[in-house]
Amino acid sequence: MTLIEIKSDDVAATYRILQKEAKDGGYQLNPDAEFTKNLVAGLMKNEQRYGYRACPCRLASGRKEQDLDIICPCDYRDSDLNDFGACYCALYVSDEIASGRNAVAPVPERRRPRAERGNQAIKQTFSLSSSPVSALAFPVWRCKVCGYLCARDQPPGICPICKVTKDRFERFM
Amino acid sequence: MGIEHVSGKNKGTVMLYALSTCGWCKRTKELLREIGVEFDYVYVDLLEGTEQDMAMDNVERFNPSGSFPIHVINDKKCIVGFKEKEIREEFR
Ligand code: SF4
Repeated sequence: MTLIEIKSDDVAATYRILQKEAKDGGYQLNPDAEFTKNLVAGLMKNEQRYGYRACPCRLASGRKEQDLDIICPCDYRDSDLNDFGACYCALYVSDEIASGRNAVAPVPERRRPRAERGNQAIKQTFSLSSSPVSALAFPVWRCKVCGYLCARDQPPGICPICKVTKDRFERFM
Repeated sequence: MGIEHVSGKNKGTVMLYALSTCGWCKRTKELLREIGVEFDYVYVDLLEGTEQDMAMDNVERFNPSGSFPIHVINDKKCIVGFKEKEIREEFR
């Protein structure tokens, strides 16, 4: 695999966009700009080689359906922010850490190991008739990244809260 | 792209498995350099096909979660993640 280099101006531009998006959504990027820009460059490299922004601190398979849970922001970000004050890569951090009141520390891996993941691409199947809420006029969809819920025929193309794509939604009710 | 060597004080064989894009991996590599220990490292994400599979099998043998960075000491012991204190202790 050839080494991909990303120009520092491009990294800086993406960094600013991510910073703004984070802030708008109530999240914070790691205030250590050098560390953070390095991760942003990693996301951009992954976008070039895999076609999507796979987590820079995890080995992507290169098959999107197997990597969906680790496309940034990953399915584990919010739980890790809650429990450890940072996401696994420490790209996103809690207020405490963003303001310098607490130092960032490495976060244990929450994603299941390769052998146990199996085929997580298999969609959850729901039998509407057996559901106690079969009387609902619309199915309810849940964003696996931020927990946003909506009741409509299909999930939205982009999550209005955390901006991830439609394929990150699961059927909730 | 394969295994890279960094010279320094010999404290046994030290093999660092890392990802080229990962912040904690970078910190770990910098720390090992700062301590001045001799080590080898490989960026598993830059390997392809069976080479990558073999590297992953090795990583998982020591660290079943398959997470990075990990460094294996004398093919026996491993330290998972950027554990600064533990790493400094190990190579004191
Ligand atoms: S939110 Fe953090 S841990 Fe999750 S993919 Fe993005 S950088 Fe990696």
